[in-house]
Amino acid sequence: MNEPLQTLHLAFGAREWFDLFLHYLSLSLLSVGGAISTAPDMHRFLVDKQHWLTDAQFNASIAIAQSAPGPNVLFIALMGWNVGLNAGGMLTGLLGVFLALLGILIPSTTLTYTAAQWGHRNRELRAVRAFKQGMAPIVVALLIATSWILAGANGSSLKDWPVWLLTAASAIIVWRTRIHLLWLLGAGALLGWYGLV
Amino acid sequence: MRGDNGRMSPLPAQEHPQPKSLTDLFVSFTLLALQGFGGVLAVVQRELVEKKRWMTREEFIEDWAVAQIMPGPNVVNLSLMVGGRYFGLKGAMAALAGMLTVPLVLVLLLAVLYAQFAGHPGVAGALRGMAAVAAGLIGATGLKLFGALKKNVLGLRLCIGLGLLCFVSIALLRIPLAYVLLSLGLAACVLAYRKLAP
Repeated sequence: MNEPLQTLHLAFGAREWFDLFLHYLSLSLLSVGGAISTAPDMHRFLVDKQHWLTDAQFNASIAIAQSAPGPNVLFIALMGWNVGLNAGGMLTGLLGVFLALLGILIPSTTLTYTAAQWGHRNRELRAVRAFKQGMAPIVVALLIATSWILAGANGSSLKDWPVWLLTAASAIIVWRTRIHLLWLLGAGALLGWYGLV
Repeated sequence: MRGDNGRMSPLPAQEHPQPKSLTDLFVSFTLLALQGFGGVLAVVQRELVEKKRWMTREEFIEDWAVAQIMPGPNVVNLSLMVGGRYFGLKGAMAALAGMLTVPLVLVLLLAVLYAQFAGHPGVAGALRGMAAVAAGLIGATGLKLFGALKKNVLGLRLCIGLGLLCFVSIALLRIPLAYVLLSLGLAACVLAYRKLAP
């Protein structure tokens, strides 16, 4: 039952490390709506084109980052980690983590920080106020749509109704009560462990 | 304002609490990130708005709109913005480091563990159950923020209309986010611009 995740054996030189960094650097400014929106392109590059990652490693990177504490963007760190593991061991793994994270973060954080500071200084401008007021309903709807899509990714057919029920129930409980979120996640993990959802 | 004898308004406008120092920012965002299983958004809203009250619900939506539109991970963008507002670039870096450092170490440890137990059906099931709950948490954040739309300059009815259109385009029709933002988002901003006419 307990099969360890397969690794690859890659020969990585400075050129390959640079390409890995460059790939994430180039995706950074495209990652509108979160880094996860560029995951299909990462799959194309890392798995299909370069064969630096297996499909199982790619999927595990996303699943682990989503269920672990912390921002989901850490799935990028895990992809870098797995590429690094395939290219040697723990040390190259860490190198992969840093190159991937720096690549995906440097361009977008620079732009966001500059834009946000500008927006805050000019917050009385009619255009800035219109942007914030106008985007509010869109933003709220996007959150509910994200929830819908994530629930659908877990269960796509009618027989998956327990997954939808669990998602809906946790949404209503969090909306209406002040229960700590960890209790709900723990309950979800237990239900999943015993195959109930 | 000070002489107001501690009158507790439910939505303090300007005088809400602030982060005390860079360390406060780093620690706050670390703790916040560590509670955020399945994404941090649900926790960010609860911690920053409901518990610490560094921002009101309305301010949160405004900042979230910017964080969402700019490239990069939304919660990372939001931490940069909150940190930068109080302590400039240093604050932004402290908040960002808080959001990423400890969770990064944890997620690497988990990956090492997971690699050993990848084939166990219980582990796969637990991941699935947690993902379903995490999806619900994000939906709950949307439902909570919905209340803030009552104060929107567009009016509640127009907000609901725009929101429904957005939900249908993204969740049901699966139109790429960029198109939805360029069309619906732009339309909403133009409408708001006209309503804000002096």
